[in-house]
Amino acid sequence: MVRAVMAALLLMAFGPSSMAQSDDVYSFDSRAEEQRFQTLISELRCPKCQNQNIADSNAPISKDMREEVYQMMSKGARDEEIVDALVSRFGEFVRYKPEVDRRTILLWATPVIAVVVGFLVVAVIVLRARRNGAGEPAMTDEERARASRILAEDDPDRTP
Amino acid sequence: MKRVFLFIPVIIAVVLGVFLFAGIGKDPNKLESALIGKPVPEFTLKDLHDEERELTRELFQGQVSLLNVWGTWCPACRDEHDDLVWLAEEKGIRIVGLNYKDNRDDALVWLDRLGDPYQVSIYDPRGRLGFDLGVYGAPETYVIDAEGIVRHRHVGVVNEKVWEQDIEPLVNQYREKI
Repeated sequence: MVRAVMAALLLMAFGPSSMAQSDDVYSFDSRAEEQRFQTLISELRCPKCQNQNIADSNAPISKDMREEVYQMMSKGARDEEIVDALVSRFGEFVRYKPEVDRRTILLWATPVIAVVVGFLVVAVIVLRARRNGAGEPAMTDEERARASRILAEDDPDRTP
Repeated sequence: MKRVFLFIPVIIAVVLGVFLFAGIGKDPNKLESALIGKPVPEFTLKDLHDEERELTRELFQGQVSLLNVWGTWCPACRDEHDDLVWLAEEKGIRIVGLNYKDNRDDALVWLDRLGDPYQVSIYDPRGRLGFDLGVYGAPETYVIDAEGIVRHRHVGVVNEKVWEQDIEPLVNQYREKI
């Protein structure tokens, strides 16, 4: 009984994923070519179901786009040529990796800007703390003496 | 000096607010066509009504046309069909039909039953021209000027409102240029 349930669970976990793949089968000369195809279709965005790449989408348009990528690859097109061919039809929208140009520079620069701003904030905080620290010592002599007295009193035999 | 820093969060919030507000109400499903300002892609396809007759992009030369992408499998195309008939008959608009990924017999039955607003019907069963146009969802309607240049794309149903607001001004504008 337990085994049957386990088998069913395993089937549920691993079965549908292989079935969910698109039904079109492409054959490649080499593993590297197949990898290239997978990379390309995972970087192209489906215009119909907008938050999916064309590798995952089952929309007819994605199927057509995969077909086009495959056809162009088998004719020996370079990656940029393939992407450009699709961009010329469907617009910049289909790129998940937009090209760096005047319109997208802010998008690309945002991580760098965020890191730089973060460093600046940290630097300001540290500098300020250091300046405040230098001005007046954290403890007066009297406090320091009291502190060492308390620490010395810390007798391991004494129970709290 | 410190007072100024206190305003930074407010400034950031306002800038973000303006930026995000600009996006409100935009339909993310409507994409600008990549072909605006470019000629209709080259094609050689058969006439829907006449298997022998070959059509090319030359058919857009000489007058402003609407290119309507449709198929019998597309429910929204049924919705807009009456409006297309109205445009063709009442407004005298030249509409070129692109029967997209469909089957000839079904398409002919549909036009026979519902009326045929198309002066020319291109039959594109494999969707080649549709793909080159960047069609991602039927119905789509393109405004093509008299030189065969794509001027506008409308994704979705064309009705009276869409016609008056988006399409008619463009059609008139490009008609004047002839």
